Amino acid sequence: MAEPEPAAQDKGRGLKRRKFLTFLVAAPTLTVAGRFGFDALTEASAVPSLPSVEEIADLGEVIRLASMPTMHLMVLEVTEDTTVRFELPRLEVGQGISTSIAMVLAEELDARLDDVDVELSDSRPELHFNQITAGSTTMRVLWDPVRRMAADARARLVNAAANQWGLPAEQLTTKDSAVHAPDGRTLSYGELSAAAREESGNGEPKPASEYTVVGTPVARTDARDIVTGKAQYAMDLQIEGALPTVVARPPTIKGTVGSVNDARARSMPGVVAITEIPTGVAVSAETFYDAMRARDALEISWKPGPIDTVSDSDIRKKLKNVAHPLAAPKLRGRHLDATFDFAFVNHAPMEVESAVADVRHDGTAEVWMPSQTAIWAQGAIAKELGLNRDAVSVHVTRAGGSFGRRLFADVGLEAARVSQAIGRPVKLMRTRQDDMKHGRMRPAYHQKIRASYTKGEVLSFEHRVTGVGLDFDHGLGEALTSTLAQTVEGGASQYYFAVSQSMPYHVGVVNHTLQEVQLGIPTGSFRSVFSGTVRAAEEVVMDELAEQMGKDPLEFRREVAKADSGKAVLTKVAEVSGWGKDMPAGHALGVGYHSEYRSHAACVVEINATDPANPRVTKAFIAADVGQVINQKGLEAQLMGATMDGIATVLQAGVHIDNGAVRESSYGDFLWTKQGDSPTQFEVHLIRTDWAPGGAGELALPAAAGAVANAYAKATGTKPRSFPINH
Amino acid sequence: MPKKHRFSVNGDKVEVDADANMPLLWVLRDKLGITGPKYGCGVGLCRACTSHLNGNEIQPCVVPVSECDGQEVTTIEGLADGDELHPVQQAWVDADVGQCGFCQPGQIMAAVALLQRKSKPTDADIDAIENMCRCGTYPRLRAAIKEIAGIPTDPPGNGEPPKGPPEGKPPNGKGPDGRPGKQPQQGGDSSSAEGEQSGDEKSGSLFDGIKSAFG
Ligand code: FES
Ligand code: FES
Repeated sequence: MAEPEPAAQDKGRGLKRRKFLTFLVAAPTLTVAGRFGFDALTEASAVPSLPSVEEIADLGEVIRLASMPTMHLMVLEVTEDTTVRFELPRLEVGQGISTSIAMVLAEELDARLDDVDVELSDSRPELHFNQITAGSTTMRVLWDPVRRMAADARARLVNAAANQWGLPAEQLTTKDSAVHAPDGRTLSYGELSAAAREESGNGEPKPASEYTVVGTPVARTDARDIVTGKAQYAMDLQIEGALPTVVARPPTIKGTVGSVNDARARSMPGVVAITEIPTGVAVSAETFYDAMRARDALEISWKPGPIDTVSDSDIRKKLKNVAHPLAAPKLRGRHLDATFDFAFVNHAPMEVESAVADVRHDGTAEVWMPSQTAIWAQGAIAKELGLNRDAVSVHVTRAGGSFGRRLFADVGLEAARVSQAIGRPVKLMRTRQDDMKHGRMRPAYHQKIRASYTKGEVLSFEHRVTGVGLDFDHGLGEALTSTLAQTVEGGASQYYFAVSQSMPYHVGVVNHTLQEVQLGIPTGSFRSVFSGTVRAAEEVVMDELAEQMGKDPLEFRREVAKADSGKAVLTKVAEVSGWGKDMPAGHALGVGYHSEYRSHAACVVEINATDPANPRVTKAFIAADVGQVINQKGLEAQLMGATMDGIATVLQAGVHIDNGAVRESSYGDFLWTKQGDSPTQFEVHLIRTDWAPGGAGELALPAAAGAVANAYAKATGTKPRSFPINH
Repeated sequence: MPKKHRFSVNGDKVEVDADANMPLLWVLRDKLGITGPKYGCGVGLCRACTSHLNGNEIQPCVVPVSECDGQEVTTIEGLADGDELHPVQQAWVDADVGQCGFCQPGQIMAAVALLQRKSKPTDADIDAIENMCRCGTYPRLRAAIKEIAGIPTDPPGNGEPPKGPPEGKPPNGKGPDGRPGKQPQQGGDSSSAEGEQSGDEKSGSLFDGIKSAFG
């Protein structure tokens, strides 16, 4: 590959170019990993189900396709002080991708992990769709290009040393960020970086059998920053002169400002500016305390929002009314019908939505915010400000959780508007109450399932999903639309549904559809997106089918699971959880299984539901096969977190809508899992395979949700149909 | 009316002009530039701001600055001894507790306070920690606290019930599932890679390497 000219790609990133080994990744060849199952149906009779769209090409492959054309624009540097520097065009939300990418680089370069520095890249529009963090795709998409890039860098460093020493490259070895000669001579990567820049040639990534870093348990590279309080989120940045800013917001969703009397507020201490923006009235002050006090002193008459007369019951009725009827004919056997309702769920990340914006008089702007779609955010903010996209820089800050919320630029837009209006930099924070009452939510759903079966086999599985419209108006939606518009009918929601939803079992004719109702309620993709509800409902039905057919629910799944990996994780979770043991009254085990992202997870939980209003999951076991493991600790953490989400969304955490307003206001009434709700025993068992890495960040949620619902059902002798169960 | 408040933060004497009712959290963050304590709710619920006042746990978002006059405030920044991490911080690193990390300064300060009150906390004591972690790091939080306290944690998979107050449940028992089934197979569900099976791996290394005892 020709030595590229780095300057062009680094435009506007403020990087000081020195004589580094700097080069771009070789364009990788596209591999469409066909890791879907169609195993021989040897175990028991099962009516095969045809592969779905998801099994042929899933979201990860779509994102990979969309990212491929710009992979060669990613830049790796080896600096003269032996730092391996990589700007990651993704968002770190806690899922550990910075650490995993650092591990891949260290592995292929034979560099010390401490020498590897992975930073979040500013928005780089030239990356096009290659700066989107969504759908558990980061490691799937970046793994191969990054390891190839590192292998190339290693080859060039070795060649540079070979030249310098007059030795054949084959005799040299690499270790600890240095090249070593057989006679003991050593040159560090820093010493070689300038010379390596003149080298060409490509390296081959290592075979998995030679890995010493990848696949091992490694603590997060930022663990020390986290425990010492040094880790900085948007509101922790000390941006010169940035004014703390909060917004007075309407009592109901998307209400608007009628009139404002800000006389009293203006006279309050510390207040610098009061600005009307489309979403409310912003107060900028010396401190957040001053800003909040003055916000509370504003006298505002509000105009109603678009759904002021709408409450939960209306939404449920509406979803029910428009839901397509179940159409499957009642075939030669019996059938099981089930209807499920899911409440809205707030993402409620611990770090409330926050952004710093500095819109300057010279027509340029800088915004600091955690964004999953930084390029799209940059465009949206520029448009809002009436500036050219290139005049706006988006600096991506680490996120205090996301769960899908930071796909949107809502808070960046607000901060930019205020900064432009007052001509000062601002740090705008949505309070927790703002987040609860005006944040985005997982949509409410009404889902109908009909499964027909005979004594021994399931003949058809029909699933009608009706939900409040899921807002895809962000960079991922754009990527999906431009990639899939030719192949799937409908909008981004339908595309996402198609490339994410499939039934991992052979259950005869499968027919699932999505229908959405646009209500003007702010929604957003939530961890596991459709699978968090769709697959959870299906897992409940799987248990009820097993019961109807007189089978053990776990054994039944193992019989009809399409993939061998699915059977394997079910076998493992049965073994480690003590599946089948006797349980006292009010206690039960429940199982769930999910396959997506080219990965598999089975979950068994043990529940104590002796008080059905206060159930507690006391133990949770996950068995997973995600292909090649990058960071074992990071992987376990993701499976752990998603399990807690499954517990919360099934048992206790949901949002109510009363007359156009969200009833909940904070963690006191939005009952997310806390330590006292979490299992005291939690285990992950990994089945190691060396498939290319699958996705792992969202994988466990549907399996855990199914397991919790099934355990609750068994412990209480009920059939859960409305989630969260204790709403 | 603003007035002068004098107290110490992490061993340094500070003097701030502030309204008596101004919550300590905003004094720390907006006046003193100490950003380890996080805002997560502002009303004492999420506990992301958890710090210490004279060694006792407080939520600075609901403590007026006037209550700190002449007192000693410790935030996460003041916990380590120079470069030497506090044992609880070290345990957090070793167990790789943090995910997004946002709640962790508060979690650590709460754990330090708990362990000071009770050197061998029970599961019920740990359950009573109200600090929210939206990333769901609870099992590792629990494991790290037990490790520091020297409470043996069950090697994962041994099937023993957790220590602490009885949950009214019989021992789990390690029984196999009791039904025949295929062994985990090679990942034969693809045509694009070799599914070499290296077998199950018990993942239980949450607390490998935690050495420090809580002092
Ligand atoms: S910010 Fe202090 S408890 Fe939530
Ligand atoms: S680590 Fe993210 S909220 Fe606890």
